[in-house]
Amino acid sequence: MNQAEKEAYLREYSILKNEGKPFFPYAVAKDAVMALIVMLVIIFLALLFGAELGPKANPTTTTYVPRPDWYFFFLFEVLRVMRKVPDFTPMATIGVPTICMILLFLLPFYDRSPERRIERRPIALATALFAIGAMAYLTFSGANTGSPNTVDLKPPSNFTAQQKATFTKGELVVGQSGCLACHQIGDNGNNGPGPVLTTIASKVPPQQIASTLLNPTPPMPSFKGLRQQYPQKFQTLVAFLSMLH
Amino acid sequence: MPRLPAPPLPKGLRPRPKPPGDDNGAGVADTLDPLEAGVTAVDWIDERTSLTPVGRWLLFRKVPRGVNWYYTLGSATLFAFLNQAVTGVFLAMYYRPDASGGAYESVRYITTDAFLGQFVRGMHKWGASVMIILIFLHMGRVFFFGAYKYPRELTWIIGVVLLILTLAMGFTGYLLPLDQRAYWATVVGVNINAGGPFIGPYLSNFLFGGADFGATTLSRFYAIHMLIIPGAIVALIGAHLYLVTKLGITAPPWLKAEPEKQFQPETDV
Repeated sequence: MNQAEKEAYLREYSILKNEGKPFFPYAVAKDAVMALIVMLVIIFLALLFGAELGPKANPTTTTYVPRPDWYFFFLFEVLRVMRKVPDFTPMATIGVPTICMILLFLLPFYDRSPERRIERRPIALATALFAIGAMAYLTFSGANTGSPNTVDLKPPSNFTAQQKATFTKGELVVGQSGCLACHQIGDNGNNGPGPVLTTIASKVPPQQIASTLLNPTPPMPSFKGLRQQYPQKFQTLVAFLSMLH
Repeated sequence: MPRLPAPPLPKGLRPRPKPPGDDNGAGVADTLDPLEAGVTAVDWIDERTSLTPVGRWLLFRKVPRGVNWYYTLGSATLFAFLNQAVTGVFLAMYYRPDASGGAYESVRYITTDAFLGQFVRGMHKWGASVMIILIFLHMGRVFFFGAYKYPRELTWIIGVVLLILTLAMGFTGYLLPLDQRAYWATVVGVNINAGGPFIGPYLSNFLFGGADFGATTLSRFYAIHMLIIPGAIVALIGAHLYLVTKLGITAPPWLKAEPEKQFQPETDV
């Protein structure tokens, strides 16, 4: 905006302001109604859902799936998606939100046109709709994905249909068992404290995989309980790990 | 510069004319009635602070024609913040930032035993979500109405800082109950920070109070959550509101001043 546009705006605004009503009581009345609605909504939510308290924090568990509050789901989803390209993970999870915040912060400095009506600001409208859509999509998918610990691998193409089925089931069991808290399989999971399992079958025979699951080196938990309760799942787990060449 | 007329005072509060024939006013103080005492107290404060013009400036300024319900989102956000402040104070009366079990125990006490404890905690928890929704809606209103443009750029910038601080409140408050969900979400969250370029590792070190989640992490989050950020938010809300009052609330962008009225701004309705 140049000086003439600034002065034109201020002139226009002072007329519109003069045609208006005093803040008290006219605007205050609306604000008070809105405050009452906000209060009622908060009380309603508090009464309906309350505030739950989960089990006590236990830093030694590895199977717990961390979840943030809903307004950070978008970030969580970015993290989940970007884990597959570790080189870009910090850029996506920290860099992109930071850049967005800086862009938001500096908005009045690069959007200097005097036009205020949104239908005449196509770039602003498109950007806003894109941002709202992206945030809504990421929040929604962040809310609906299961554990970020799920394994996402493609079974080798030379597998039979039955082998592929076992492979997919095994991915599920690995995800549920929280193996990825300490082990890395392909691009999934954490590299350490446990060894990388991407090609574990080429190093260790199936027999030994099963015996390690039952009698592991601490701090890895034993899977004896799984074998007793769900022998099928345990077999699937061993079969899956034995396929990782 | 047209001045707003002073609002009419109710009858009881109007200053009484001096009783006739009383030259030195000595008899007045003896017969003060309670209503006049109120006026005197206000006068006494006003004489020392000159607050009355400030109050008049704040309350009896005009808001432009066409101001609608979308304009209540800012004050609604402020109200949600006040709700957080009040419920937060009550929670702080019971909460102990003790990582070795006391924190969880005190939140368990609030949730199950304290009178209305779960309700107040619920209001604090859901109030946070409501505040975040409102702050985004308010920002959307300002964006779509082009209200961040000249001369209100600084108001917008302060607003963005308030948004960031509010999100930081959500993040730091999430840890305080110290249950599994709180602990693991915070560990992951701080580890995300640690991955950030340049200041990332320093930031996570500062938040954890060391390389890892340790004994001082919880008290650090507690101090940030209830001293540092609220203080900053209160100060910035003050600046935000000062600017809003000083510059005036924007008119809806689709309104134009009517040309025939331009030369007679003091029209009667």
